[in-house]
Amino acid sequence: MSLTEVGRPTGHRGLGASPTRPDGIAKVMGTFEFSSDLGGDGVLWGATLRSPHPSARIVRIDPSAAWKIDGVETVITADDVPGVMHYGLIDQDQPVFAADVVRYVGEPVAAVAADHPETCRRALDAIVVEYEVLDPVLDPDDVVAGRAPDMHPAGNMLREQRVEHGDIGATGSVVVEGTYEIGMQDQAFLGLEAALAIPDTGGGGVELHVATQWLHEDRGQIAACLGLPEEQVRLVLGGVGGAFGAREDISLQVHTCLLALRLGRPVRMHYNRAESFLGHVHRHPATIWMRHHATSDGEIVKIEARFVFDGGAYSSTSSAVLLNAITHTQGPYRCPNAVVEGFAVRTNHLPCGAMRGFGVVQACYAHESQMDKLGAACGLDPVEIRLRNAMRTGDVMITGQTMDSVAPVEECIRETVALPFPDEPVGGHDGDVMRLPGGAGRTADSQHIVRGIGYGVAMKNLMYSEGFDDFATARCRLTDGVATLKFATAEVGQGFVTLAGQIARTVLGVDDVVLDRIDTGVGSAGSTSASRQTWMSGGAVQAACEAVRERLFERVGREHGLDPATLAIDGSDVVDTAGAFRMGVVDASTAGEIDETAVYRHRPTEELDERGQGNCHVAFAFVAHRAVVDVDVDLGLVKVVQIATAQDVGRALNPLSVTGQIEGGIAQGLGLAVMEEIIQIDGVIRNASFTDYLLPTMLDMPPVVATLIEQPEPLSPLGAKGVGEPPCISVTPAIAAAIRDAVRQAGRTHAIDRVPVRPIDIIGL
Amino acid sequence: MSEIYTLHVNGREREVQDAWLGENLLYVLRERLGLMAAKGACEQGECGSCSVLVGGELVCACLVMAASAVDEPIVTVEGLGDAPTDVQRAFVETGAVQCGFCTPGLIIAAHHLLDQQPDPTDMQIREELSGNVCRCTGYGRIIEAVQQVAVARREEAR
Repeated sequence: MSLTEVGRPTGHRGLGASPTRPDGIAKVMGTFEFSSDLGGDGVLWGATLRSPHPSARIVRIDPSAAWKIDGVETVITADDVPGVMHYGLIDQDQPVFAADVVRYVGEPVAAVAADHPETCRRALDAIVVEYEVLDPVLDPDDVVAGRAPDMHPAGNMLREQRVEHGDIGATGSVVVEGTYEIGMQDQAFLGLEAALAIPDTGGGGVELHVATQWLHEDRGQIAACLGLPEEQVRLVLGGVGGAFGAREDISLQVHTCLLALRLGRPVRMHYNRAESFLGHVHRHPATIWMRHHATSDGEIVKIEARFVFDGGAYSSTSSAVLLNAITHTQGPYRCPNAVVEGFAVRTNHLPCGAMRGFGVVQACYAHESQMDKLGAACGLDPVEIRLRNAMRTGDVMITGQTMDSVAPVEECIRETVALPFPDEPVGGHDGDVMRLPGGAGRTADSQHIVRGIGYGVAMKNLMYSEGFDDFATARCRLTDGVATLKFATAEVGQGFVTLAGQIARTVLGVDDVVLDRIDTGVGSAGSTSASRQTWMSGGAVQAACEAVRERLFERVGREHGLDPATLAIDGSDVVDTAGAFRMGVVDASTAGEIDETAVYRHRPTEELDERGQGNCHVAFAFVAHRAVVDVDVDLGLVKVVQIATAQDVGRALNPLSVTGQIEGGIAQGLGLAVMEEIIQIDGVIRNASFTDYLLPTMLDMPPVVATLIEQPEPLSPLGAKGVGEPPCISVTPAIAAAIRDAVRQAGRTHAIDRVPVRPIDIIGL
Repeated sequence: MSEIYTLHVNGREREVQDAWLGENLLYVLRERLGLMAAKGACEQGECGSCSVLVGGELVCACLVMAASAVDEPIVTVEGLGDAPTDVQRAFVETGAVQCGFCTPGLIIAAHHLLDQQPDPTDMQIREELSGNVCRCTGYGRIIEAVQQVAVARREEAR
């Protein structure tokens, strides 16, 4: 199906259709409340003082001058944290405020509350902090080699993990290797960090409205730092302006609550863009060495790899990111033998953690670069080498886990190859200079453009791993034909709020679905990440609706002398499949409210043993991409002309939403391929703004042609696989491969082994 | 902080009191006048989330000193009407809205584009809207929404 045909809204609003999103009108009218839109008269502003040094000892903090400024209500530091000082998603190693040392540029040192953002800015300026600057730890290899002094009591090695599978001494007659670098990417959500904390009047607790990915996880960390029982900390989801992993860690939550509780007044805090670059975790920059051994026919015999991930100053989810990366070393290919070493290290760089793809982006760039090298060494083209090794359901992965997910790798590749090439000629239609690489810069010459084609294929685990007890909760109430759903699932733009209504309509046969406020007034839904919410929260909503439906059938059965086991929903009616009875669901639901809460869990996973063996993942999704690029090889300019993709989605529950994830994910993957990188020099970020951290604009984004591979996944409650991450994973190596193809056609022989690919890498200086 | 000035916003005179002169138009619209549609995502004119019309021109409200915008008509999303416009409806229908943070700025920019150029080419749409960054959608559905409106308006005009 072509993307232009999918998902136009129809009358049908259940699963498989593309009804309009329930918050769509509010968003286009500008009435939808993002967390930054919350405030009110008399609400104070909060702001954060941050370290300018990557590594320093704090000698003293003197806030006295700030206190004297008219309009400043309070200044707080580490001394004012009543509860636990450290927080973190896996290890609690990050302090609410730095007390004795700062470990990265941007680390919070103090916070203020005042009557106006400008007053806050002046107050921050007036706080005197004396630092003794120290030499930062910046080279991950120093940490791996044990040459770096400990920069944290927990040490500098965040995680070391080995994977050994099969015959680690096996070799192949064809051997290709490379060392690949992936730069630090930023999630760059548009909705800047924002929160509003409202202290209870006389209660001691607090209500926090915040844009986040996981309400309950935030609550646990916040309560611990505030020294409050969890029941006294209530979280409400403020409208979220995108997340992509950057909201999985705490940023301003504890600070905002501390200010509000200290003053007994509501306080709001907003980050500005430069601050946002400092205030959330980033994608791990990585150096990955890989060596593939194969038969002369191109069949992979063994993969050796060494991953070094720079986790920055605090651990965040580095341990899990590394696990993901190394367990995806083989990619979507059969691999009987493997030796992999992985290291996630602490340095004085910006902290890293979750970003869409979660370690697999880095691994995929490496393994896809390797597959192209392998193909070339065996005389096979990029498609052939991949088809020859394509994984299938039943194959065993390098962790010893059997791939029991539906695994249509071959289909993804073949369907991608089958998509039409762009009809735009090299150099663009009508010689329009805006269509050349470099666009508005008008420097490229259409006579010197080379068109390259490249491929990338990925596998991506869905949900969390290594024995994590993940679950999602949902509540459904049915009365008078209206189904009311309550869940704590963070809607970050992906459209779960749309899907939830579709599930209820399909399961219950009602059309009217109301969504309750998203808050901690119901059980946890887990994080909006890991491509997990359709499976997990979708599973929970389905279970809650099914429980309601069962009670409805019991009631109808009782009232009409029917066996509930023979009842079913047909359209908007309850029908007896064994007879002629039919009754509208609306009518059947008037005799009192039915209220059910359900918890959905996926099957258990295991930790890895010391050889990295274990069933550590739940399920997998697959995707293939093809990139067409035009390159000015003399100036090093790139224009991505088209992206083609076929993605294994299981079942497209809302084709328009799936399209949205595919196109949006491709844009982010394109960004990593050619333009997005946080530059740190001597541990100091140099491009904390949209002027110098380049995001793809409408001029950078090419048309996308896509095929959805729908082979329902039996393990998934709705047959659907998560679709959020795969689109941003293999598109990056596909674009890199296309650039290499263009450069090779131009007769250049230098290697390009990093992303983002910069002009200097293309030129080969 | 005791300056008073008057802005013409969405057809009404709005008095701004007790304002610090350094406030930008985005801050004044949102925090002083309660018009929350325009959003701030970069405060340096790079993302277009704060796009409004000042004197009929498409500007980034974050780069306009509010007190200097006193003599020009200002139009925000709130001023487009109580019922959704054809552009707003098209954005919803085509899936051009995900998180929605870029959406108000894009609605203003799309209206401005179609008023200036009722029959834009794909390239013209991309170039004119290149000042509006979206991180969620990848732009495909946004372009479709604008094209859909252009076609519908042409059909209506016949």
